Amino acid sequence: MNAHSAPPAAAAPVVALRNVHKSFGPLKVLDGVSFTVPRGEVMVLIGRSGSGKSTALRCIDRFETIDNGEIEVCGRRVDDARLDVRALRQDVGIVFQSYNLFPHLTIEENITLAPHSVKKVPKAEARALAAKVLAQVGLEEKLHAYPEQLSGGQQQRAAIARSLAMQPKVMLFDEVTSALDPELTGEVLKVIEALATEGMTMVLVTHEMSFARGIADQVVFMHKGKVHEAGSADILSSPSTPELAQFVGTGL
Amino acid sequence: MGGDLNINHLLFLAHGALWTVGLSAIALVGGGTFGFLVALGRVSSSRAVRLLAASYVQLIQGTPLLVIMFLSFFGLAAIGFNISPLLAAGASMTIFVAAYLGEIWRGCIEAVPKQQWEAAEGLALSRGQRMIKVILPQAIRIATPPTVGFMVQIIKNTSLASVVGFVELTRSGQIINNSLFEPFIIYSIIAVVYFSLCYPLSRLSRRLERTALQKKPALA
Repeated sequence: MNAHSAPPAAAAPVVALRNVHKSFGPLKVLDGVSFTVPRGEVMVLIGRSGSGKSTALRCIDRFETIDNGEIEVCGRRVDDARLDVRALRQDVGIVFQSYNLFPHLTIEENITLAPHSVKKVPKAEARALAAKVLAQVGLEEKLHAYPEQLSGGQQQRAAIARSLAMQPKVMLFDEVTSALDPELTGEVLKVIEALATEGMTMVLVTHEMSFARGIADQVVFMHKGKVHEAGSADILSSPSTPELAQFVGTGL
Repeated sequence: MGGDLNINHLLFLAHGALWTVGLSAIALVGGGTFGFLVALGRVSSSRAVRLLAASYVQLIQGTPLLVIMFLSFFGLAAIGFNISPLLAAGASMTIFVAAYLGEIWRGCIEAVPKQQWEAAEGLALSRGQRMIKVILPQAIRIATPPTVGFMVQIIKNTSLASVVGFVELTRSGQIINNSLFEPFIIYSIIAVVYFSLCYPLSRLSRRLERTALQKKPALA
């Protein structure tokens, strides 16, 4: 592929997995997984624990390497061993289940760290950026707080803001509400919904079925390392495989 | 020979005690600097560097400090390198302390949760930036109590420098005893001085440990 061929990029998907295989030792976690996420769309990955959905998500950001197949993210071949991983990660934001804010830094410092050290954004500009992304997640008054002074929901929103400050082209969410109680889950999901409305391309792994139904342009149900069923959010209401039927049945 | 313990003897002991503190400081600074490199080597991304650092730690931890002292003073002299007792003692302490502090600090670096590395990686920080901005500040907090605690070991171990003729507290005690023959009194004084150097550090270490425990952020 020619790196200068910019025009087709508009039509090219932001994320594409093609026949991806991955094993942890004898355990096959991804067994020929394919899906594509076009620009501005929200894809929700669902499935039981161990179905491979989190691994699939982590492969997109090169937190896992794959054995076989192709992964393309923002025009980069992620499966290429020579990939510039740091360049990839400037385009891809990732938010984890356990927030992972840096406990020794204030929220503002958490947010300005990467833009300032990686993208060389001047300090003052980075601070303005921090204020902006914190307003986006409704935490503007927590600029100078330390992570431990925030509730779980607030910490997770701050972690989302920290990712947004890098102005990623796609955001990955790895079970970001699994550590939160229902009340706090709501405030985090609201932030993600707002991002979807603004047209952010996103891939989410979640167990929140009603949320998935409301936000997903595409749903991918993974089962035993394969894409077992995929389609619009409608497949959650009228699944065509017994496995998904059982999954949404127990998930509701 | 003989005589009574007088102010001059006590001044001589005080002078020796100062050198005990001085040698401890040399050991802490030298061993700390070198030990920091050992700790970084132990968690290096290069297998060869990790192996080298690990071998160093194993080798030194498996060798008595006394033998290191003998080697650097008498051993080097025998093959033509005459070094002063201060240099021999300082170098031996540095080599010894680096292995232990390096290992303590490696543990502290590894005690920072793996998720902190991942979060920093996800933000496209380079390996150096991850280490300096994210991991080390957290590791230093974890490392402070055991490092202060290890300083007690350093102070006590400087007494071994007496064997290479370095006149620190123990050696100055031996010298006075050689003329006074009052081993019980003199070594009691010395023990009290060591204790009064070490006890505050032990207390400080324990207090730091407690406050570190209280301030520990509740990680999910």
